[in-house]
Amino acid sequence: MKNLVSWFKRLFMVPGLFALLLVASGCSGITVLDPKGPVARTQQELIIFSITLMSVIIIVVFVLFFYMIIRFRERPNWTDKDYDPHQHGNTTLEIIWTVIPFIIVAALSVPTVTSLYALEEPPEGSDQEPLVIHADTSNWKWYFSYPEQNIETVNYLHIPEDRPIEFKLSGADSMTALWIPALGGQKYNMAGMQNTLYLEAEEQGEFAGRNANYNGSGFAEHTFTVTSESEEDFNEWVSDIQNNAPELTKERFDQYLEPGLADEAEYSSTHLEYVDFGENDGRSYITDLYSGDLGEDVHLYGGEGGPWEEE
Amino acid sequence: MWDFIWNDFLVTGEPLIYGAMASIVLVTVLIVFVLTYFKLWKWLWDEYLTTVDHKKIGIMYIIAALAMLFRGGVDALMMRTQLALPGMNFLNSVHYNEIFTTHGTTMILFMAMPFIIGLMNVVVPLQIGARDVAFPFLNALSFWTFFFGAMLFNISFVIGGSPSAGWTSYVPMAGPELSPEINQNYYLLALQLSGIGTLATGINFLVTILRMRAPGMTLMKMPIFTWSALITSIIIIFAFPILTIALALMTMDRIFGTHFFTLAGEGMPMMWANLFWLWGHPEVYIVILPAFGVFSEVISTFARKQLFGYKAMVYAMCVIAGLSFVVWVHHFFTMGAGAGVNSLFSITTMLIAVPTGIKIFNWLGTMYKGRIRFNVPMLWALAFIPNFTIGGVTGVMLGMAAADYQYHNTYFLIAHFHGVLIAGTLFGMFAGLTYWYPKMFGHKMNEKIGKVSFWLTVIGFNITFLPQYFLGLMGMPRRTYTIEPEWMPLNLLSTIGAFILAGGFVIFVYNIYFSARYEPREKTGDAWDGRSLEWATTTPVPHYNFATVPYVNSHEAYWDMKETGATTYDESKLEPIHMPNYKGMPIIMSAIMFVASFGLVWHWFWLAIPGLIGVIICMVIRSFDYDEGYHVPIEEIKRTEEQARGRKE
Amino acid sequence: MSEHAELKTGPLEYRKEEGTLTILGFWIFLAAEVVLFSTLFATYAVLFGRYGDATPAPELFEMPIALAMTFLLLTSSFTCGIAIHMMRKESLKGLLIWLSITLALGLGFLGFEIYEFVHYVHEGASIQSSAFWSAFFTLTGTHGLHVTLGIAWCLLIIIQLVRVGLTPTTARKTFVIGLYWHFLDVVWIFIFTAVYLIGMVV
Ligand code: HEM
Ligand SMILES: [Cu+2]
Ligand SMILES: [Cu+2]
Repeated sequence: MKNLVSWFKRLFMVPGLFALLLVASGCSGITVLDPKGPVARTQQELIIFSITLMSVIIIVVFVLFFYMIIRFRERPNWTDKDYDPHQHGNTTLEIIWTVIPFIIVAALSVPTVTSLYALEEPPEGSDQEPLVIHADTSNWKWYFSYPEQNIETVNYLHIPEDRPIEFKLSGADSMTALWIPALGGQKYNMAGMQNTLYLEAEEQGEFAGRNANYNGSGFAEHTFTVTSESEEDFNEWVSDIQNNAPELTKERFDQYLEPGLADEAEYSSTHLEYVDFGENDGRSYITDLYSGDLGEDVHLYGGEGGPWEEE
Repeated sequence: MWDFIWNDFLVTGEPLIYGAMASIVLVTVLIVFVLTYFKLWKWLWDEYLTTVDHKKIGIMYIIAALAMLFRGGVDALMMRTQLALPGMNFLNSVHYNEIFTTHGTTMILFMAMPFIIGLMNVVVPLQIGARDVAFPFLNALSFWTFFFGAMLFNISFVIGGSPSAGWTSYVPMAGPELSPEINQNYYLLALQLSGIGTLATGINFLVTILRMRAPGMTLMKMPIFTWSALITSIIIIFAFPILTIALALMTMDRIFGTHFFTLAGEGMPMMWANLFWLWGHPEVYIVILPAFGVFSEVISTFARKQLFGYKAMVYAMCVIAGLSFVVWVHHFFTMGAGAGVNSLFSITTMLIAVPTGIKIFNWLGTMYKGRIRFNVPMLWALAFIPNFTIGGVTGVMLGMAAADYQYHNTYFLIAHFHGVLIAGTLFGMFAGLTYWYPKMFGHKMNEKIGKVSFWLTVIGFNITFLPQYFLGLMGMPRRTYTIEPEWMPLNLLSTIGAFILAGGFVIFVYNIYFSARYEPREKTGDAWDGRSLEWATTTPVPHYNFATVPYVNSHEAYWDMKETGATTYDESKLEPIHMPNYKGMPIIMSAIMFVASFGLVWHWFWLAIPGLIGVIICMVIRSFDYDEGYHVPIEEIKRTEEQARGRKE
Repeated sequence: MSEHAELKTGPLEYRKEEGTLTILGFWIFLAAEVVLFSTLFATYAVLFGRYGDATPAPELFEMPIALAMTFLLLTSSFTCGIAIHMMRKESLKGLLIWLSITLALGLGFLGFEIYEFVHYVHEGASIQSSAFWSAFFTLTGTHGLHVTLGIAWCLLIIIQLVRVGLTPTTARKTFVIGLYWHFLDVVWIFIFTAVYLIGMVV
């Protein structure tokens, strides 16, 4: 019995070590396991927990597997002594390996469900109201509108650190997904409807953000950068745009909606004045505008110093 | 006119495509030449193109599947080449997108499906002691609609352009507004055409298994592979009509201007994702359950023990089949359906791990106290267990919705589904093919070459896909045509693995050639000391399969027969055997459907409508066909059997 | 394949093994058809009320037509039942008469459906008008297409009955089309409830 206990202890140590290794190496580039905010941390903890539990299963299966194929292989001096061709099952064993997986599933379900509910709310720990940002997409650009500040940026995002961000996700055409791996998981942007995604950065710095859901030929370049900065820096950045950037006219915005890539830009007003893609009315805004011209492709090439467009 | 042909009809301007065109033309010319030179046309038509014999149809399915595996594999190597290094300029984004679309679609629908259906065709009637399937004519029709569907899909890259919306074809991207070109129509019509055949196969095998079993063979005495075929057929019957409708609705959106999934007219794009995965998730179980069946047969044969927990294995498959219809939302947890919905589908998804776990442990139990031989079929089955376990547990991780927000759409997902599809389905098909090969062709596949191919594949597979789990966690999205510098080392490794994997496949195919020439002929009919009825027949299997059908007492019918010395040839019980005639109609009718679909792809109603009328005429002709087949006379049965068994009796 | 032995008693259509297999296969096919129509019903439910700029359904639906169609199809299902009963009694003539009546009723149903469709299109609601109308025309149209096929198929069987008389094979074919016809009737009842009754109210 004592043997068995210590055997089990050892069994749990291996995946524990493995998980530790992963966390340690997280610092060296495994973005998802190296969270920079509370949302990503919730998810990272869930992931590590599941990896640990799963490693136990893998180890059990592997150990049994190698035991069977080594112990019961046909070998030259094989004897009949533990060959039992008539064995057709074992109810006790079968019940055991039905019940244990149930327990594992239960163990995984509890944190999954609690995290799911937690992720629907702004992250705890901050006393500030979430900052609302509308994140809309069209092929293959990001538009970030800050309704309170009445500014809009294209293909880049600034956020204050330690303040929850409430993203209002929607889009003009293809379904896309806003994903900033360092800050947390993704959610879809869909035309004619709105999704809410909470994220928060606990550190200052630059993070990669992208559309994670394939949407055609410009997909690889459908990315943006996130700058997380101090409250003051953020406010300064906002007022700079409010004072110096041009307004986003309807003509200008409609041009953006044509398929293609665009440079980073900023405006001292938002497109929400003209259309809210999150509403049912916004659903066909782009097809009313460009029926037939929306099939254009961009040909991106990897070589020669980066992507560029044919023609 | 010429302008249309050059600019729209043919795909031009890509050196790779010219190469492909040239090779297609060359291969076609070569085949035609060989057939003509050796005067094989008539043989081909009489023996194969018009056949309704389940064994030959099965073989044709498998050959088609291997060809499609080749096509999908070339696609894979091209993708991996492009992704090997950052800044690669081998494929541009448009071309890359077409290739991953054709790769995914081909592998699932034109490789995995026919491979499975092929094995079912060859094996199921033999395992249950039947002379053929319930509806041999329909069976041939199923094969030919599949075949022409696959052809329709495959010509797209030289005629008109390949679809590029991914095998999931999400709208609105794949809809008429954002993809007005005809490419996507190929996807829709090719899948529709082959889907009809699959549905017919499902019905055919369900009736066959329910009604045509040998006397004494109750459901719980069926070989386990037949059980897997039965459950697969049921899943097909309930899942494929959903695909039929989903495809039809998108086709109407694209060709007739309806508004099911469009942005305009208040269409509902999200409905496509739901319909697609309502079919799509059961579909992945359609392609894995028969592989499970193969593993059960192979492991028990080569461990020389009966299957551990036969009943539990059957119930586990039933539970998996049921659960497979209530988990589809896990493919879009990120759609924002709310915590309640996601929780529910997380739990149903993870529950699938329970019956799957039971099966894994029962396979291990089968080996316990066995006497394991390591022949090539067994090697594939053994490699499946650890590799599939990894793919399976990562599936559970993906099922945890809150964590899936980070894995979704990344290489973590890619690694997972290749883990289950390659280590599960593909290893299963290779195991099944090498296992039943002697029954099909009268000789084994060479063991030495088989082992080389096996090790290359397994090692290559792991080098290719294990790094991809980490790439996913590093933030690399799927379906991107180019990589960031920080993802380089693991991608390079993955590409190297892919070429090793491809090497394994090439050697597998070479082995077919080598074995046909040099392997000793199989004489006993029972190549592996088998346990179920298919091994009771002689090799080659007479076209009527069983001269007399034995009475079955257990799920290891042949094992019992060997103990009592019974055979499938009992002279005292001989009766004339009723067999169906071969028919040209299935291939002709499917070819006409192909033409009609091709017309629809191009919106050419002058072609599509006559095509449809042609199909209807075929159906009318068939309705008036009162041919009831023929009877094999006792004399002929005697002659055949005595010749095959001469040396034994 | 089946044993060639032919039973001497029992329903004609089941006397050959081939008949038994085909009829079972057809039942399973109908199960697949149930899934197919369920998917269409689900689509209709999801797209319900999504009219876009097009006319809403309650303004167009006309109960009398729907009722007339229901009446015709229900009656045809009944006459089809009598036809099968005649077949059991091995009365070829009765079978032919009642099948023809069924056919005529089916044609009447189709006539009304075509009239209905044309009428809606005139009023500006076509399959291209909006998501709701696409779903409406597709659901009812798929049923209508099935009825059309059923009629054509029934005709073929009548021709065969005239030519070869009642044999196990023709009996099987007749029985199968009977099943099919009843099935279409059941689907119609669901359409009548889900589309017309609910559509009038909501
Ligand atoms: C030679 C071995 C294989 C290699 C190297 C390989 C590689 C790949 C790659 C690179 C992708 C595209 C990832 C992306 O950019 O999104 C992919 C996608 C895919 N593969 Fe494979 N693959 C192989 C075999 C298979 C097999 C055997 C199957 C099925 C049984 C399969 C099914 C799929 C599917 C369904 C997709 C997704 C396509 C889509 O997202 O539209 N692959 N594979
Ligand atoms: Cu939505
Ligand atoms: Cu799934």
